[in-house]
Amino acid sequence: MMTIEDALKLKFSCDELSFSQFRDNHRIGVPAEKLFDILAFLKNEHHFDMLVELTAVDYLEYEGAKDRFGVVYVLVSTMNGARLVIKTHVNDPEPLLPSVYSLWKSADWLEREVYDMFGIRFSGHPDLRRILTPDEFTAYPLRKDYPLKGRGERHNFPVLTRAES
Amino acid sequence: MKDVPDNVFMTSLDAAASWARSNSLWPMPFATACCGIELMATASSRFDLARFGAEVMRFSPRQCDLMIVAGRVVMKMLPVLQRIWLQMPEPKWCISMGACACTGGVFDTYAVVQGVDRFIPVDLYVPGCPPRPEQLMAGIIALQDKIKHGGTLNGTEFGKRTQPMGPTPFDLDELIRIREGNEKLIALS
Repeated sequence: MMTIEDALKLKFSCDELSFSQFRDNHRIGVPAEKLFDILAFLKNEHHFDMLVELTAVDYLEYEGAKDRFGVVYVLVSTMNGARLVIKTHVNDPEPLLPSVYSLWKSADWLEREVYDMFGIRFSGHPDLRRILTPDEFTAYPLRKDYPLKGRGERHNFPVLTRAES
Repeated sequence: MKDVPDNVFMTSLDAAASWARSNSLWPMPFATACCGIELMATASSRFDLARFGAEVMRFSPRQCDLMIVAGRVVMKMLPVLQRIWLQMPEPKWCISMGACACTGGVFDTYAVVQGVDRFIPVDLYVPGCPPRPEQLMAGIIALQDKIKHGGTLNGTEFGKRTQPMGPTPFDLDELIRIREGNEKLIALS
């Protein structure tokens, strides 16, 4: 039987894909423009029918990093329990990725969270709004250039004194 | 005074009203974190907050006169807190319970309000992380004393509190202060 690595190398040009392994953790690095095709291929041909995690990493000022953001998809196959980590990279300005909502419905809130925290937009998402921070929030808090204590958003409220309330 | 029978006693209306209010504080549990667990323990049988007339936890602000902010308040929750506070009928009091509600605690991050007293008036602070039920009860007893000794029938003592309760001077942007401090350190070195 052909492994996933061989199948991917056969279908997509292998020089753009990077394969690595740590213990039982199989990781595939893919270019952003081929991300959707590869994920659709993995879902349809290799039964990765569950998206358990979709998150992002900010590599700003990270030693040896070439790209600003890494976006990580963790897939699980409920047929055989296989687990696969797909990682891609996007860059400033306007980091943009295709939405995988059409493949896995669980991507809905996960992509909203990544958009909320990192400002990475997902084209084709049905309802890309902020999910955790308030709607009027303008920053992306998990970016490395955002200060831990914020830019004063936490003080931006009316003050009630006892005499007037 | 000879005509007054033994079972009649004289007092001021302010004192009578304050006595009644202080012994029937109905808490509004605004419990958002682990302090809320201690608050529940305080209300349940082992510590029995009912001994102080404060056992009726009402989840409608319309029926409460003591707000207990137990736990950290994030910036998304603060408008809710202020709205609930405004919905409570007069007279009302507020206890800030635990380190997070008083100062933000260890959560000195972009989303966590650094003390609810910056945005709503607070009558009494209960320190601790989280405070023991005994501490909360000591706080409620202290608040009862405060009401008994300063309360008025018409609540005129509240009208004098025209200043915000939070730290002064109020920092509009602590980040600016932190940056300036860093620049001073760099200049010194």
